[in-house]
Amino acid sequence: MTTTGHRPPSAVSPAGNPMGFGRMLRKEDARFLRGQGHFLDDLTMPGMLHAAILRSPVAHARITSIDTSEAEAHPKVKAVITGALLESLSLAWMPTLSADVQAVLATDKVRFQGQEVAMVIAEDRYAARDALELIDVDYDVLPAVVDARKAMDPDAPVIRDDVEGRTDNHIFDWEAGDKAKTDAVFANAEVVVSQDMLYPRSHPAPMETCGTIASMDKVTGKLTVWSTNQAPHAHRTIYALVAGIPEHNIQIISPDIGGGFGNKVGIYPGYVLAVVGSIVTGRPVKWVEDRSENLMSTSFARDYHMKGEIAATRDGKITGLRVDVLADHGAFNGTAQPTKFPAGFFHIFTGSYDLEAAYCKVSGVYTNKAPGGVAYACSFRITEAVYLVERMVDVLADELGIDPAELRLRNLLRPEQFPYTTMTGWEYDSGDYPRTLRKAMDMAGYDELRREQAQKRERGELMGIGISFFTEGVGAGPRKHMDILGLGMADGCELRLHPTGKAQLRLSVQTQGQGHETTFAQIVAQELGIPPEDVDVIHGDTSNTPFGLGTYGSRSTPVSGAAAAIASQHIRDKARVITAAAIECDPADLEWEPGRWYVKGDPSQGKTVQEVAMLSHGTLELPPGVEGHLDASVVYDPPNLTYPFGAYICVVDVDPGTGEVKVRRFVAVDDCGPRINPMIVEGQVHGGLADGVGMALMQVIAFDEDGNCMGGSFMDYLLPTALECPSWELGETVTPSPHHPLGCKGVGESATVGSPPAVVNAVIDALEPFGVRHADMPLTPANVWMAMQGRPMRTDLAVQ
Amino acid sequence: MQITMRVNGAEVHGDIEPRLLLVHFIREHLRLTGTHWGCDTSQCGTCVLWLDGEPVKSCTVLAAMADGHEVRTVEGLEVDGQLDPVQQGFMQEHGLQCGFCTPGMMMTSRWLLDHNPDPDEATIREAISGQICRCTGYENIVRAVRWAAEHPAASSQPAASSQQEQEVQA
Amino acid sequence: MQTPAPVDYARATSVDHALQLMEERGPEARLIAGGHSLLPMMRLRIARPDCVIDINDLTELDYIRVEDGELRIGAMTRHATVLASPVVGEHYAIFHDAERRIADPPVRNRGTVGGSFCQGDPAEDLAAVGSALKASLVLRSSRGTRTVAARAFHTGPYETALGDAEMLTEVRVPIRPGASSAYEKVKRRAGDWAIAGAGAYVVLQDGVVGDVGIGLTAVGAPHFCAEPAEASLMGKTPTEENLRQAAQLAADACSPHADQRGPVEYKRHLAGELVLRVLRRSIERAEGRA
Repeated sequence: MTTTGHRPPSAVSPAGNPMGFGRMLRKEDARFLRGQGHFLDDLTMPGMLHAAILRSPVAHARITSIDTSEAEAHPKVKAVITGALLESLSLAWMPTLSADVQAVLATDKVRFQGQEVAMVIAEDRYAARDALELIDVDYDVLPAVVDARKAMDPDAPVIRDDVEGRTDNHIFDWEAGDKAKTDAVFANAEVVVSQDMLYPRSHPAPMETCGTIASMDKVTGKLTVWSTNQAPHAHRTIYALVAGIPEHNIQIISPDIGGGFGNKVGIYPGYVLAVVGSIVTGRPVKWVEDRSENLMSTSFARDYHMKGEIAATRDGKITGLRVDVLADHGAFNGTAQPTKFPAGFFHIFTGSYDLEAAYCKVSGVYTNKAPGGVAYACSFRITEAVYLVERMVDVLADELGIDPAELRLRNLLRPEQFPYTTMTGWEYDSGDYPRTLRKAMDMAGYDELRREQAQKRERGELMGIGISFFTEGVGAGPRKHMDILGLGMADGCELRLHPTGKAQLRLSVQTQGQGHETTFAQIVAQELGIPPEDVDVIHGDTSNTPFGLGTYGSRSTPVSGAAAAIASQHIRDKARVITAAAIECDPADLEWEPGRWYVKGDPSQGKTVQEVAMLSHGTLELPPGVEGHLDASVVYDPPNLTYPFGAYICVVDVDPGTGEVKVRRFVAVDDCGPRINPMIVEGQVHGGLADGVGMALMQVIAFDEDGNCMGGSFMDYLLPTALECPSWELGETVTPSPHHPLGCKGVGESATVGSPPAVVNAVIDALEPFGVRHADMPLTPANVWMAMQGRPMRTDLAVQ
Repeated sequence: MQITMRVNGAEVHGDIEPRLLLVHFIREHLRLTGTHWGCDTSQCGTCVLWLDGEPVKSCTVLAAMADGHEVRTVEGLEVDGQLDPVQQGFMQEHGLQCGFCTPGMMMTSRWLLDHNPDPDEATIREAISGQICRCTGYENIVRAVRWAAEHPAASSQPAASSQQEQEVQA
Repeated sequence: MQTPAPVDYARATSVDHALQLMEERGPEARLIAGGHSLLPMMRLRIARPDCVIDINDLTELDYIRVEDGELRIGAMTRHATVLASPVVGEHYAIFHDAERRIADPPVRNRGTVGGSFCQGDPAEDLAAVGSALKASLVLRSSRGTRTVAARAFHTGPYETALGDAEMLTEVRVPIRPGASSAYEKVKRRAGDWAIAGAGAYVVLQDGVVGDVGIGLTAVGAPHFCAEPAEASLMGKTPTEENLRQAAQLAADACSPHADQRGPVEYKRHLAGELVLRVLRRSIERAEGRA
């Protein structure tokens, strides 16, 4: 019988928020709605100067002279930096994330159109831009390697002659799977189908471009850098290693970031140049790139030329999958993925299916294009892998005359097979795949759609239905396997309760719109039973947060989310001990309800977390070995990746007279385990689905034969608007991850990974009356119409 | 050259180069950084604000051309500490993620609702078709505008803190 | 972000003042109206006028009226105004069809009809509309006022018949009782330039084509129109076969260039396809079926 005012814990906080997982409006909205966000270009520092970069107009050339005298004479110019100056500081080249080097400023040659050649630092940005025109550079133009398929030709110009002994454009070969077994399976297969396909060069293009403000304080020797940066701690360590500045004297701050999508992971020459500029001028230097610089020189995505083969029985049992990939890495190998995986996680290409054997080989080559490759929500090349397998399944379906949904149902991994180790070594944690596909089919009204399609075909109307079933692998990752430049991919968090019971959670991951200030507060609320409005989430400042590898690859919830949960649990455990000390009982006699420990059988006797916070800072005598205050610090080394998955169905209508594609409907059923905040999860999916429409139908960074970039502005690098996107129809299934403390899997990139094949499969399906088996993205009206004529276009090179 | 204009109802002055773009005047001279920029070719729309009561791309207007005219930015949406229904709708329906395109989207949405208080989905999509978002896939932006259309009276709650905003229920 | 090179600024208070400023400042001065062609070029520093003459105060040129049997649109009329104008819609749906697909809503709030014609972009939608409708353009300078046929106005890519210190003040379209019109455009994405665009008007008299105009943009059609196609339809019944034949003639007369929007073969096909569609639609509207 209760005596003194014990009330059962509320599921809703005093501010009306869920006390844990659930739909909660976002804390970060308050500033953004008012235009009070602090994005990089919103920031100014006293005495700040502005930098602009002169870039190469040509793709491949020797630099015969650079004359900066006129620029230096401009009354508003404070400094001009060239490769020669950097060479004297041993900073003309910097290491990339893939054991290569990249030019900070060109010295001997330029190797891609848009490469950095000089930097001007001036009093304002208009003057800096003016001064660029006063720099005179003489280029001796060389033939350019533009077609990746010709990069290994014996007579191809050698791009990386900066590396001693290099005689060709080959970077690496990498393979996974069992070649002999796979060859045997193929040799004995009843049906073998092959298909070449290109995942064209694309670009993440966040709405905010990349930028930095660097401020070197000569008196203290401290370098402060604000930058658009998804991985601030990694940058700090790399600056220390490259520039020789002691790491404890470097502070990297990520302010609000206007979208990252993997574009803001690497260190760009502009960032390094701003640091040099600050050292040279003694003042803060701001560099913010314009959109053409963003599209032409920062990390592109994809550019995989894939030759896929699939082996199966005549009645549709897939037995083997084989793929040969030519990977275009641009002029420097700057791909940002865990070190041991030069092709990222591409070898997850067996997808969601039960096979007998699989083998892949990836060969990386240099071309005269910007460096990059791993970006744009790819989960380290899983976009490429999923595209390959989902297109191959449809190609097989076409060959066998089996419905693509039926073919998938015959081959999807079954729930009893989990945890499942794939042919190439991935251990999928959990999943009930057929259930998810059936749910998507139900939501879409699949059978009805096929009937409608049949009727339309009789009238000569083109309607297509495309399916994509994907398995993602996110939350990199176990530190013994996964590191970035030797930094293991374990992330930390620190949770501290103040005497008055409010909390601060310091994270090593870095939100760029994903809502961490809200969702991580909800994790603490869930585990500790305190209101999410009482949890302040701190991120983005390396001096105020624990070390970690940042946010990309959908890793925040799987890694730092786990850390936050465990830290909360540690605090909960400590609160038990302190409660027991305060009410003088045995900790074993206490039970937990959200927010409170109480005596079993006597709920009126207990202490709330808030009371424990005050007690832990007070004078209460604590048991031996128990320290005061109420905080916990965790570094979480994930035991495995997590494997969210989903089933997507896209419906398109194609105008046979013009080739225009209209996406009529898109059904997406995602399974990312329990959803911390369903509203935020849905928002993540919505955004990724738009990427699918964009990549499938309009986005490409193409080049002409001279290496001129044809996608250097939003006039030609087209992004989808609200008119190209349908109203997304979302569903969910929930299959918790057995190894994550909350069962959560992460979801940020799922839709970007899963949606392009659904759209492409739909368009190809629509063109079935024309006997089209495949056409490459982007399926622009021209490409679709040409495919109908039997001549689909090659999309990586400019139209001749 | 000297310019004068009204921005969010207040008269402002500037001494500028004729080539200064309006977006830079707003952001750097007036320190109203809620209006953003994101491209070179007048495509992205993160710079949208009102010029003489109509949404325009401020990267494609010279500040000199706005001399003697009227400008309204996202900072002027809130009135007497009360969030505009459009702002409330964006919050209620998760119409923003990174927040970079949001000011422009809200300015266009506000204009749309002033001229068409009950727009259907197709009309909303058409109205924002000159502005790009990379985060939301547009779905919740459309829902945010519909929310604002359905809740045209400003909330009686003052917009003082995010905690209080949580209490604004649909 | 890209910023313009240094430039002077002058603001015109009337048409006469604008002409005077043009004469004073010389040939390196440019008029700026909506600015959505000129400013992007200035920001990329492809265009480097030494002075911009702001004509946005010339409200005297912002009008749409019917006068002397013509639909007359002032050069400073914004695209958004044309799109919303019931007068325009009543007479020539082709304008509304086209304006709906020109650029995007914020750009249409600034861009002007005059600016579109004077920019002379080979993919300009209004050029096809003006040519289809056999419009005429009123040009004014201190030397006087003259009228040029829309079909003679564009003299090359980004080149027009405008002389020194001369400006476009008005676009005139004859009102043709019984005329129906339509415009169609294929693009890669909302707001993009046309891969191909076609417009037409038709007047039916006793079941045959009494008058017709066909305009095309982005496909290198001579003078943005298709005169042989028009001639082939005069006096004919608007059967599918006759329309197809006209469309084929229009396509044959084009000289499209290959670019990122498509290869020559596709663009030529589109030209024919879209001419066919706008003819059909115009007929449907004429017959009250649409």
